[in-house]
Amino acid sequence: MKKLLISTTALAMVATNAGAAEMLAALGAPEGQVNIVAWPGYIERGETDKAYDWVTKFEEATGCKVNIKTANTSDEMVALMNEGGFDLVTASGDASLRLVAGKRVQAINTDLIPSWSKVDDRLKDAPWFTVDGTHYGVPYQWGPNVLMYNTEVFKEAPKSWSVVFEEQTLPDGQSNKGRVQAYDGPIHIADAAQYLMAHKPELGITSPYELNEDQYKAALDLLRQQRELVGRYWHDAFIQMDDFKNEGVVASGSWPFQVNLLKSEGLPISSTIPEEGATGWADTTMMHAEAAHPNCAYKWMEHTLSSNLQSDLSVWFGSNPVTPASCTDGSGMQTAEGCTANGMDDFEKIRFWTTPVANCSQGEGACVPYYRWVSDYIGVIGGR
Amino acid sequence: MTGAAHPARGLADLLTGVFWRRPKLLTALLLLPPLLWLGVVYVGSLIALLVQSFYSIDQFTGLVVPEFTLKTYGELLIPSNFDVILRTVAMAAAVTIASVVVAFPVAFYAARHARGRWKAIFYLGIMLPLWSSYLVKVYAWKLILAKEGIVTWAAEGIGAGNLLNAVLAIPVIGGNSLSTSYIGTFLVFLYVWLPYMILPMQASLERVPTSMLEASADLGAGSWRTFRSVILPLALPGVIAGSIFTFSLTLGDYIIPQIVGSSRFFIGQAVYSLQGTAGNIPLAAAFAVVPIAIMLVYLAVARKLGAFDAL
Repeated sequence: MKKLLISTTALAMVATNAGAAEMLAALGAPEGQVNIVAWPGYIERGETDKAYDWVTKFEEATGCKVNIKTANTSDEMVALMNEGGFDLVTASGDASLRLVAGKRVQAINTDLIPSWSKVDDRLKDAPWFTVDGTHYGVPYQWGPNVLMYNTEVFKEAPKSWSVVFEEQTLPDGQSNKGRVQAYDGPIHIADAAQYLMAHKPELGITSPYELNEDQYKAALDLLRQQRELVGRYWHDAFIQMDDFKNEGVVASGSWPFQVNLLKSEGLPISSTIPEEGATGWADTTMMHAEAAHPNCAYKWMEHTLSSNLQSDLSVWFGSNPVTPASCTDGSGMQTAEGCTANGMDDFEKIRFWTTPVANCSQGEGACVPYYRWVSDYIGVIGGR
Repeated sequence: MTGAAHPARGLADLLTGVFWRRPKLLTALLLLPPLLWLGVVYVGSLIALLVQSFYSIDQFTGLVVPEFTLKTYGELLIPSNFDVILRTVAMAAAVTIASVVVAFPVAFYAARHARGRWKAIFYLGIMLPLWSSYLVKVYAWKLILAKEGIVTWAAEGIGAGNLLNAVLAIPVIGGNSLSTSYIGTFLVFLYVWLPYMILPMQASLERVPTSMLEASADLGAGSWRTFRSVILPLALPGVIAGSIFTFSLTLGDYIIPQIVGSSRFFIGQAVYSLQGTAGNIPLAAAFAVVPIAIMLVYLAVARKLGAFDAL
């Protein structure tokens, strides 16, 4: 319940507490280890695939042993940080402000991170980790939710998300009914809202994560229409890939991760970011307010911005480096084409995930909060 | 002198003395760990769940209001939530009935006709699926039932493609392919829980005395009459015990409907998505109480029918 309180009052508390932040002024000797909470596959030490290892060299160079605890959901990450005992967390946009509001993370002194200057200017002051000009972390990676499609059906990339929202005849002459998919998480309501931003401007939606009752209802109506087209919603990346292979699915919102894997298997798959733009995620390395190993933590944050790590990680995860040079400087496996495929050039078209809360820019209690997104989306999928 | 008659007593001796004088103390000590487990860990968490379900969420702020109310249970009755409950119960009932029908011949043969090595093979065949990972089995079924999977391929090969399409065209339970329809979800549930029906059924069938069957035959009953009036009533406790497994397991599962089926929510999935970031713990708890309530009713009926007489 405490967690819930934190999450729902996040914005209000952020505004009042930001001034109290204290940050490290200078670095001392490394403490010998650093404990990190991370998404699976985010911090690799060559155990899954020998070619992907960005931990061993760091440990040798700094003497800081890296201990990783993987977490599968943002809630799990927040819970682990609340428990304590960790120095760093790779928080997504729906967890980062909660952590700041709950005072679980501390402000970062960017002067102590020499590579800060290499960070993408578009991300330096991103609102999901910057509060009143104070940085509560270092960007780690980001990625869009792209429209994945079958190139045998679509000779040209679909221009609009309408292929998954409105019934229509696809270029191969058959209806899209039963051949498209959508994500089964309530956050998919934001994708519908974003589609409406472009196609029903009279609704006045300014952010797909801040919807008032009318805008919200319009988004749900669109999703009810989509239910008629969708055979199965996707939840697990590997099940979605299987559906593209065996279930005759030809278009769906997806992640570059699935697109790259299917392509590597030689399947006729490609992806695009349609004209309406796309939703996306951006993760930040944040430091615990009572981190026991601050010096190693700072060294790790500096290390995460190294071009080689950013480059290899973006290939491994199908995401984008936060240091743009990593796409082209040949420090790792990433290439300019790879970055383009992962959405590097489409930053402006992407609206990054934040948790919908009742108190939004439209006013106190003006927006529909996330818990209602959850219960209503259950209804939509159930055909209500 | 006393030392010679009574050598110095160790701690174990002392304890033995205490326990001998107070036998109830020993009983209490032995019972304490299981009682703590049952009381604190098991019943305690259930009670915490029950209490949460009587809280409600503030519609305006999204915060949980720790005041007792029935509002959250009322929310279970709104159509989209009630659908979830009906869907789950209907699936559990269908899976249970089908399990009885499929399992009975298997259990009957294994219990009364299979001998020696065949009996072992039957046991092995029934148990074998339980040794592999549940997830692997479900994923395998997803492939089998896929639109471009082996079932569709085989149906088309023997010219039954139209029949399959006709089945899939049935409203509600049909769908785009077997793996995206309720039929698919049903088949996978049936496969995964079938051993839990066969094993208790077989145990109860084995206990039916041969003399009764002979008596029935002596009195002129045909095989159908014997089955109906002798075997079935005597095997009923096993059938009911099995149905408790299949019914409750289907009621609580949230992985199969997520992988195979039309994505429409079952109770388990609703609980899973309502907690977490959504923070609607009261509604999640109320949903979680539903299967418990259903199972209590089910068990009461089963007891009446004598399912637990042999315990």
